[in-house]
Amino acid sequence: MNRPVGSDPRLRAGGFGQEMVGGTADKARRFRETALPHLDGVYTLARYLLGNVNDAEDAVQECCLRAFRHFDTFRGGPIKPWLLAILRNVCRAEYARRAGTIVGLGESGELPEDAAPMWNEAREAPDAAALRQLDAETMRGLITNLPAAFREVIVLREINDLSYREIAQVIDAPVGTVMSRLARARSLLRDGWLAAEKGSAQ
Amino acid sequence: MRCEEAEILLHALIDDELDAGHSRDVETHVAGCKRCAAQLRDYRDMRGAFARADLSYEAPADLKRRIDARLPAPARPDRRSLLKGFAGGVGLSSAIAAGLVLAVMRTDQSSRIMSEVVSAHLRSLQADHLTDVLSSDQHTVKPWFNGRLDVAPPVVDLTALGFTLIGGRLDYIDGKPVAALVYRRRAHIINLFVAERSGEQRATMETVQGFNVRHWGQPGLSLWAISDLNADELEDFGRKFEAAQRG
Repeated sequence: MNRPVGSDPRLRAGGFGQEMVGGTADKARRFRETALPHLDGVYTLARYLLGNVNDAEDAVQECCLRAFRHFDTFRGGPIKPWLLAILRNVCRAEYARRAGTIVGLGESGELPEDAAPMWNEAREAPDAAALRQLDAETMRGLITNLPAAFREVIVLREINDLSYREIAQVIDAPVGTVMSRLARARSLLRDGWLAAEKGSAQ
Repeated sequence: MRCEEAEILLHALIDDELDAGHSRDVETHVAGCKRCAAQLRDYRDMRGAFARADLSYEAPADLKRRIDARLPAPARPDRRSLLKGFAGGVGLSSAIAAGLVLAVMRTDQSSRIMSEVVSAHLRSLQADHLTDVLSSDQHTVKPWFNGRLDVAPPVVDLTALGFTLIGGRLDYIDGKPVAALVYRRRAHIINLFVAERSGEQRATMETVQGFNVRHWGQPGLSLWAISDLNADELEDFGRKFEAAQRG
């Protein structure tokens, strides 16, 4: 069953009919050409942020409808960060709705900067062997296990291939915050990676 | 450079976000610090592995279709284009026009709603989005609307009487969310829109843009049944729906 994200996307979906007279068809054409090619990237972030397929689909749909409504306010430049910022807001509304069911999320949907590490100290031995290759599912699992604030910067950087500046735009934070979160995220991932290596070696 | 700084900046180095000066600084530090060197190597390996694995997800084709259907249709030379020209002309004397349009809209509310009913019906047929909940079971369809609408739409199964319940969806009429119940008679789709509105009202039947629309009211609810079905059969549908509700 499809659950609504934030408020049900379908409740906001109407009303385009009346706007048609004002060049909305042209607006829709431009939106289809510029925004919709990024749907996979938007969906990818939604999957990692929300976890399940249904919520991710709802969020992407809501994101697109919101983006279309506010397409007039888009001021050029790469559109992908702009779309992802909208998607993130939709996801935060969903977090707020789920509030209490997700560990570590406050009322604002924001994670504390100093969320406790999930694994213990990184290896200190400087001469340890290089990281072993893990399969894609295990890597996805490692990313999924990150706290949301770190998960999102990793997905934006490693999978959506955004620059620091673009990530800053998406998460509405200074570039310095992007850097510190990314450092923390990779440190957690590395710990998880080593733990996974150990697990698969046994 | 100290390790605490390097531990942040080596990520920017990996990500090619550092200027030449800082890159040199980080590299110099790493060259003399085994711990940071091990980190740099691991982070590079990880980044490479992520890139090779392609950890993205592809948006389902069905989702793409649904979104596409929710956007206004691509421009076609149809009645709307004519309206567009008209609207442009009105825009020239916008102050006067605004008053005019407002006056027109207020006096013409019911016909506007009627044309929205037709638009919503057309949209549902063209957009591959006839139903949000696909079920011929009234006990599945009715609760689906819980929490999605302020109004609980009456959902009755008329299969035995020749009108098959297909499902339901949310739609929009007159700026408000409404329930759309979808029935089928042979190859004809009937959309039954149920909106929360006051006033009991006797049933009317009219033809709008080639579709028959039966409109009636009951306490708290306003209903429109629209279809390309002939007027007699649509009337029959409306009566049977009302009768089934009364139980």
